[in-house]
Amino acid sequence: MAITTPKTAYFRGIVDGSPFILLIIPFATLFGVLATEAGLSVFETLMFSVVVIAGAAQFTALQLLQEEAPTIVVLASALAVNLRMAMYSASLTPYIGSAPLWQRALAAYMTVDQSYVVAIAKFERSPEMTVPQRIGYFFGAVTPIVPLWYGFTVVGAYIGAQVPDSWALDFAIPITFLAMIAPMFRTLAHVVAAFVAVVVSLLVAGVPYSLGIIIAGVIAMMAGARTEKWLAARQGAAS
Amino acid sequence: MIDTTTLWIVIIGLGLGSFFLRFMFTGLVGNRIMPEWLLRHLRYTAVAVLPALVAPQVLWPSATGGTPDPARMAAAAVTLAVGLLTKNVLAAIIAGAATLYGLLYLLG
Repeated sequence: MAITTPKTAYFRGIVDGSPFILLIIPFATLFGVLATEAGLSVFETLMFSVVVIAGAAQFTALQLLQEEAPTIVVLASALAVNLRMAMYSASLTPYIGSAPLWQRALAAYMTVDQSYVVAIAKFERSPEMTVPQRIGYFFGAVTPIVPLWYGFTVVGAYIGAQVPDSWALDFAIPITFLAMIAPMFRTLAHVVAAFVAVVVSLLVAGVPYSLGIIIAGVIAMMAGARTEKWLAARQGAAS
Repeated sequence: MIDTTTLWIVIIGLGLGSFFLRFMFTGLVGNRIMPEWLLRHLRYTAVAVLPALVAPQVLWPSATGGTPDPARMAAAAVTLAVGLLTKNVLAAIIAGAATLYGLLYLLG
């Protein structure tokens, strides 16, 4: 299906975002279960998912709330976990920065790991897309994700039972993200960036509040940019 | 027991803070042209941040208390390999999940 209008872009986005249904359903359920176990009402649990809409940050906040950490520590830690969203926002800006403000605001609210990675992969592959098509595609990609995030938070809150460890749910995140990243290695610079990210993230894994992700991410982006420049210079010299 | 007021401060504060982080560039920079050196770095955001997010979880999974687990490492390798070869996200997820559950069952 060729993308010719924002509407076809929207439907293409739904198709490309749908593999994440496999991730969102168990994770939203798990959040609902843990939140009600921590004493939140069904309404409070749902509002948590609707207002914050960020899995890892929600789990962090819930954990710290239960440990009765000071409110400011809860907020700062959970926001640190979400710092990567600012990097996603910067990365999306060249593609959707000229869309109307309300569309950018709505897209910002729905910027999560899954919608970002689906959208950026598509925008890089298809530079001919117009801005309305990109926005359509982005909202398509979140369509199978966001409503299920809300819905299964409620399901989990009602189930209220512990999810068995044998489901190995912890590994749903690595598997879905690795599957998403694999097709993005288009140049040597992408491979170098990912390799540096892996090495540095393992070295700084002990840094608290998930800040290791930011440190490794920034260093890896520098490595990718450096490699790109080096490749361009070498190509320039050869031709 | 979590105090209701504290809970709502966290929900609303975290919601506003997260929105600000997500809106920071798309909202405030908008269609202004960003410098070439910055764009060159931003091209690598996805392949930098996501592997950094995943790598420690592959090597030291929280579910095993941080002990390296052969089933999880194999599942990660298979997912990546199938993803690289087929460029098909769903095929990679299914292959990775099958490897994980298969090995968890076999290695019990």
